[in-house]
Amino acid sequence: MAKIKPRVKVPKSVAAGEYFTVKTLINHKMESGQRKDKKTGKKIPRKIINYFEATFNGKPVFSVDIQPAVSSNPFFQFSMKVEEAGKLAFKWVDDDGSVYETAKSIKIG
Amino acid sequence: MNLSRRQALALGGAVVTVSLIPIDFAKAASDATMADIKTFTGGASVAEGGIELTTPEIAENGNTVPISVSAPGAVSIMILADGNPNPGVATFHFSDMAEPSAATRIRLAGTQNVIAVAKMADGSFTQTSRSVKVTIGGCGG
Amino acid sequence: MKRIMTSAMIGGLVAASLGFAAQAEGTKDSLVINGEDGPVKIITHVKNPPAGSPLPELFSGWVFRSKETRALEADDFDNPGMIFVEQAWETWNTPDGKAGKSCADCHGEPSSMKGLRAVLPRWDDKQGKLMTLEDYINWSRVEHMGAKPWKYGGGQLTSMVALISLQSRGMPVNVKTDGPAKKMWELGKKIYYTRVGQLDMACSNCHEDNYGKYIRADHLSQGQINGFPAYRLKNAKLNSVHARFKGCMKNIRAKPYKVGSDEFRALELYVASRGNGLSVEAPSVRN
Repeated sequence: MAKIKPRVKVPKSVAAGEYFTVKTLINHKMESGQRKDKKTGKKIPRKIINYFEATFNGKPVFSVDIQPAVSSNPFFQFSMKVEEAGKLAFKWVDDDGSVYETAKSIKIG
Repeated sequence: MNLSRRQALALGGAVVTVSLIPIDFAKAASDATMADIKTFTGGASVAEGGIELTTPEIAENGNTVPISVSAPGAVSIMILADGNPNPGVATFHFSDMAEPSAATRIRLAGTQNVIAVAKMADGSFTQTSRSVKVTIGGCGG
Repeated sequence: MKRIMTSAMIGGLVAASLGFAAQAEGTKDSLVINGEDGPVKIITHVKNPPAGSPLPELFSGWVFRSKETRALEADDFDNPGMIFVEQAWETWNTPDGKAGKSCADCHGEPSSMKGLRAVLPRWDDKQGKLMTLEDYINWSRVEHMGAKPWKYGGGQLTSMVALISLQSRGMPVNVKTDGPAKKMWELGKKIYYTRVGQLDMACSNCHEDNYGKYIRADHLSQGQINGFPAYRLKNAKLNSVHARFKGCMKNIRAKPYKVGSDEFRALELYVASRGNGLSVEAPSVRN
């Protein structure tokens, strides 16, 4: 499987106290556990990203408990506001325990 | 279409009757969905309104159905797909830095109701539901 | 009733039983993609196709998709196909093969490939054959990098095709059908109009005679390939032109030609030529 690499879209600078949109996407098959291997007839074990979280300067902003019904290459969009500049960090947690992370700095202006 | 006066009245009456019946979630949703809602609410009563769920009326492919939800004042919103093998889809949690709205893309096993239940900051709950038709294409190719 | 029915009659019956529903037009909206480097205008509708076109007007497949699917393509971040483009970009910069070279070592930025996708497939005198973008990538891997060719239609090759195609996005497709390419173009045309499979259908039965109508719940397109590789909601990955041809042939219960076969190369040239004038749109989003 290709390397798992998150993508996020955040404005570089924002106005204090005003909502802005954040979009996130990560390449992942999101194997539901419902599919059968066509050759063996056996169920393919579940392997999904089960949790997503965005934090700003260490404080929680937005998180998602994820089930297999979220599509492959999961996409989340949310809206947030900040009062000061800082670091917006993103984290995805895989069923196998892997954690995929990325971060963006946000300026006020 | 030619309708007699009597037929037209009967039809009108039927429409009125139907529209007067509120959607009864307890009867409309599957046991699994009801169980998930109960876990989320802890058995508290669930109101209607104050929550907006946007879905396509017809999804071109059930594998990737874009949805968005918004509920002013919510701290969490749970999304359920009533007709899926497991109804759970995702639960969004919002801090005071986030607007209580989110969008994602979900899998729907067939035509069904998508349900959103919001938990408000005061601990109350509200819900809404949207029917999504999932088409089976002529050319699955 | 006569025992022998003409193929046209059978085709007509099949068409009737499949239930092509009444004409329903595609969207009149135009497509301007919110790209990473600014807006990209896409020609999705050609009112006056080049002389000799079998179609009165040309439409990109985008036109026939639902509002939600169209929106996915209108923003590069929303387009999941871009995940694979990014992966290919990493590959572009990564050395591979005995020569220890990457694509970037010789070609620089992928933008050096601008324009290429719009004119492929094309006849190559040096190679003595009709070359698709896949063929050129694999040729360069073997010849310049000393690397193994990628599987035709496989993920790595299709992602690289998407990255290179993206460099020509917005440019009108302009494949050559005359000169030495003519023979392959003629073969492609023959395949396009030949009824095959248990349903006894040709490409043209759906994509020329009935585009814009519904086949069951599916809104039929002109079968244009300007948007390929396409990210399909169905399988959540990039699909090559040949893989799509194969899927189509399976649908009409025909034995498909092989992905990467000369038949599909010829068909790719012919179908591409039917879309001369539409913009290169890869990676598109389809259902």
